[in-house]
Order: sequence, then C-alpha cells, then structure tokens
Amino acid sequence: MKTVRSAPQPGKARLTTSAMIASIAAEGQKTKPAPFGRALVELARSRPDVVGMTADLGKYTDLHIFAKEFPDRYYQMGMAEQLLFGAASGLAAEGFMPFATTYAVFASRRAYDFIHQTIAEEDRNVKIVCALPGLTSGYGPSHQAAEDLALFRAMPNMTVIDPCDAHEIEQLVPAIAAHQGPVYMRLLRGQVPVVLDEYDYKFELGKAKLIRDGKDVLIISSGIMTMRALEALQALKDDRVDAAVLHVPTIKPLDAETILREAGKSGRLVVVAENHTTIGGLGEAVAALLMRSGVHPPFRQIALPDEFLDAGALPTLHDRYGISTAEVARQIKQWL
Amino acid sequence: METLTNTPKLADRAYNIRRNALRMGEVQGQGYIAQALDISDVLAVAYFHAMRYRPEDPSWEDRDRFLLSNGHYAIALYAALIEAGIVPEEELETYGSDESRLPMSGMASYTPGMEMSGGSLGLGLSIAVGMSLGLKRKKSEARVYTLFSDGELDEGSVWEAIQSAGHYKLDNLIGIVDVNNQQADGPSTQVMAFEPLVEKLQAFGWFVQRIDGNDLDAVIAAFDAAKSHPEPKPRMIVADTLMGKGVPFLEQREKNHFIRVEQHEWQLALAALEAGRQV
Repeated sequence: MKTVRSAPQPGKARLTTSAMIASIAAEGQKTKPAPFGRALVELARSRPDVVGMTADLGKYTDLHIFAKEFPDRYYQMGMAEQLLFGAASGLAAEGFMPFATTYAVFASRRAYDFIHQTIAEEDRNVKIVCALPGLTSGYGPSHQAAEDLALFRAMPNMTVIDPCDAHEIEQLVPAIAAHQGPVYMRLLRGQVPVVLDEYDYKFELGKAKLIRDGKDVLIISSGIMTMRALEALQALKDDRVDAAVLHVPTIKPLDAETILREAGKSGRLVVVAENHTTIGGLGEAVAALLMRSGVHPPFRQIALPDEFLDAGALPTLHDRYGISTAEVARQIKQWL
Repeated sequence: METLTNTPKLADRAYNIRRNALRMGEVQGQGYIAQALDISDVLAVAYFHAMRYRPEDPSWEDRDRFLLSNGHYAIALYAALIEAGIVPEEELETYGSDESRLPMSGMASYTPGMEMSGGSLGLGLSIAVGMSLGLKRKKSEARVYTLFSDGELDEGSVWEAIQSAGHYKLDNLIGIVDVNNQQADGPSTQVMAFEPLVEKLQAFGWFVQRIDGNDLDAVIAAFDAAKSHPEPKPRMIVADTLMGKGVPFLEQREKNHFIRVEQHEWQLALAALEAGRQV
C-alpha cells in the first residue's frame, strides 16, 4: 500500500520543479529553438501530403509553428488522444502523411490500442511525435514516459527513434518522411541543445554511429544520454578512462551489425545508457542481441529504475536516478 | 454495381445476404449470426441503393468508404461483399478457416472491400473522422459510411469522434448505429444506459434519424435523407433492429450476444428463411 511521504526537513535549499516542460538544456549551452516545428515546415513546402495533428498540445510540441505556416493543413483534435491517432489513421488511408503530436505518456499509455490497431496493424504512414520522453519532466509519473520505448518496441511495424539534439531532429524529420510506414519519434522541444554538429554527425535511419572511439569502455546510448555520455568524456579522461560513444538513435530496427562490431572488440566494458526504464528499452535490446550472438563483454546499464519516479527539479531527478553527466561518469568509473 | 430503388429487388438482396451469412455460419458451426441477420436490410440498402463502388476495383479512389467498426459483424459484411461481387462466392466455404481471407473478425489486410481492422471496439468512428477530413482535403465527393453497434456507445472514444465530427461539420460522414439492444453481458440499455440517443447525438451537432432497421422502406428513406440533407452536419442513422431477423426460431431464441446454433439447425434456419421470404 502506498504511504504518504514525510514532510521535508526545514531550512534546506532546494531547486524548484520550475515547469512541466522544463528545458533539458544546461545553463549557457548552445541551443536551437523548436527544431521539429521548423523542420516540418521546411518538409511541408515540398510535400503537400504532410498534415499536422495534435491533441491540445500544439504549442507544447512545437507544432504551432507548422499551424501558423499551414493553417489549413493543421488539425486540432482536442484533448482526445484515441481520436487523434484513429483520425490520423484515416487521413493516412486517404493518402496523407500525418505528423501527430502529444506527450509520450499519452501516446504510449492512453492511446496504445488505437496506435496498435488503426496505425501499426494496418501499416499506415503516420509519424507519431511525442514530447516529454523518458524523464524530461519533473511533474511526476503522469508526465514521465519512462516506458515509452518498451511499449513501442513491442509493436510490430513500428519504427522507434530517440534523437539526441536539435541537429539530429532537423535531419530526421525528412528521413522519417522518406520512410513509408509508422514511426514513433521522441521529441525534444523548445530550446533544444545542439551537440552533434561538432562531431560531423549525420543521421541515417536504422544506423548506429560511432561518435567517439576509445579503448576502455564503450558507451552505447540514445537520445539525451548520448549528450550526457559526450559530456562525461572529460571527467572520465581526467581519471584516464578512454571511452567510446556509440549513438543509437534508431531503437527499432536495431543496427545489429554496428553494435556487434563495436561490442565485439575485446577489452572494453559495455555500458548502455538510456533515458528510459531498465525494462524493455535500448539496454535490454542490446543485451538480448549480444546474448543471441554469442558476444559476451562485461555489461552494465545506466537507466531509470523500475519504480514510479519522483516529482521535483529535473537536475535533482537526473542526479537521483543516475542519468546526469556527473552520475554517468561516476558509475562508469566505479565499474572499471 | 446496380443501384436499386425498388423495394422487392432490395428485399431479394437482403435475403441473399442472410442466406450467405447462414451458409458461412454452417461452415464454422458458430458465429455472430443473430447480428448478421439483424443488419442485413441495412447492408442491402447500403450496397445496392446508397453507395458508389466498383466490385472489380475495391480500392477505386472515388468509391464510398464503408467502415465496419464492430468487427465481429464481419460475417454479415462478407455476406454483403459476396452478394456485391467484391468477394467471390466460392470463398464463402472458407469462412473462419485457416488461410481464409474471411476471418471471424474483420481486418483490412485480409479481405477485399474491408476498409479497417475492427475487433477492438470503438475504433471505427475515429478512423472515419480522419477519412472524412481527408476526402474533404482531396475535394472528393465520396462519403464515409461507418457501421457500429449500440454496445460501442460505452466506449469514450466513440464520443470523442462524435464530438469532433460535429466540430468539423463532417457532412460526408454517415454513421449507422445498430441498436439491437444486446451486448456481451446482456441488454445494452441495462449494461450502460445510452438513451436518449437521438437527443444526445443532436446535441453533439449531428443530423439524426431513428428508424426500424428491418423496415426496408424506412431504411431506404433514411439513407436518401442522410445523403441529401442540406445542413453541414455529420449524419447518423439510429437503426433499431431485431436479432435473428428473418429466421423466426432464432428471433425467439433467448437473446444472447453469441447465440448457440446446433449443427442440425443451420439447414432448418435456411429453410425457415426461405419459407418466410416475401415473393
């Protein structure tokens, strides 16, 4: 049975939750505004079949930029996620390519059957784009989609993408449009960090990319955890740990070839880092792949625990659950 | 396809649809046959009076779309698709069997002329809203017909779709709700009160007609009015029907969502249907 928490200790300085949609960008970090909304507008200029749809979260998924540019191609479906995805299936059946947005919790947990039956089962060309993936809100479990990747990985026909930054989001919008079939894409919105431009990175659907090579540890990561891994490199280097970072933005289908090639190089600890519960995400996908393939490096997971996460300020929570930059570096050093 | 306006000829079509459904029921030894019998008059009017389609080209761009939200009524829709020449009659014998294109629950990827995958109830109207919006975007004259059951009115998503169809004034959307007052756990009105249905739908911005869904003249008139109604509103036909219609001993059988028919009764049912035929 759930018990009510004890009152906090008085007098201690605390960070505040700030907002449901707190930015994941650090103070002073290079960012771009609304990369998804802007990229979609760009795509829609040359693709008249693109339509935008949302369930009362246009402003909070950067779709308002598309709505402003193409008001007659924008469908407000109200706060009704089942309708949103059923109607997206109907528009796709008529030859359109809907980009349907909401929060990750609502697509995965509330509208799952609608996506499963009307979109995935019928292989309809709907792009599901969802803000607040994993732990990117301090609002509590109602808005923390810790299990979205597990749920969508389990759905046949679904392509699942977890991008790292604005640079990647800009590239993947045209890439998923070029792919015929349903896609679930985790969205970073608002002021989104720009990280991968410094690494000469190019997004390719279904491809894992080695961002940095290193001889002591291989960090396999997706989404914002690739940013965390890259940020942790300096702290690791200070302790003479030479880390490689393999970025895996396409969670499904998994780039088995590249993962096996990198994980198969002897002498490296393999750490999978993901902004997701330990259950059913990138970590378990990689673990199963390695086991099936007879590749057995030492293996560790950096992921959210299998529990309902706390409300609070994001930096506090990322520290608490081990996905902050400092915690990534600390855990890896401890395992070596 | 042939557009029939003559009631006796539509009665023949309805008879053939019932007969096809009974023959499929006999193959499988079970099925939602009571529902198929209750909705056959509606399907006869939809496929042989109201809708535009090409039997030889089920995905013809200008066809009227027919969505079967209540996927368990597939036996009835297959019966109509066979009668319409969209599904070959010889496939009737495969109903519900391995490798068949006619599975127990209707799925779009299995059957020519099946526009959606049902089974999970309450999906159809949401898809219909998107299709109706899409057809309007394409400036198509085609309509979206969506059949669903009174039990589906329990699903919240159905009301999300009903509300949005009113919001978007989807006058190319024609819903048909089969009120046979029977769902899995008993009479629909007792499982979850849904009346007054006409007033509720009107309040959501729909043009609503309530008819005896087994009175062919009334069904014809309702489809005609749904097509020609001048207001920019989605249209709903609330069809009160009798489960087992056309086979008296099934009409009188204790009402169940999934009625039991003994193996020897299928031929009796076909004979009773034949005997009751108005020639």
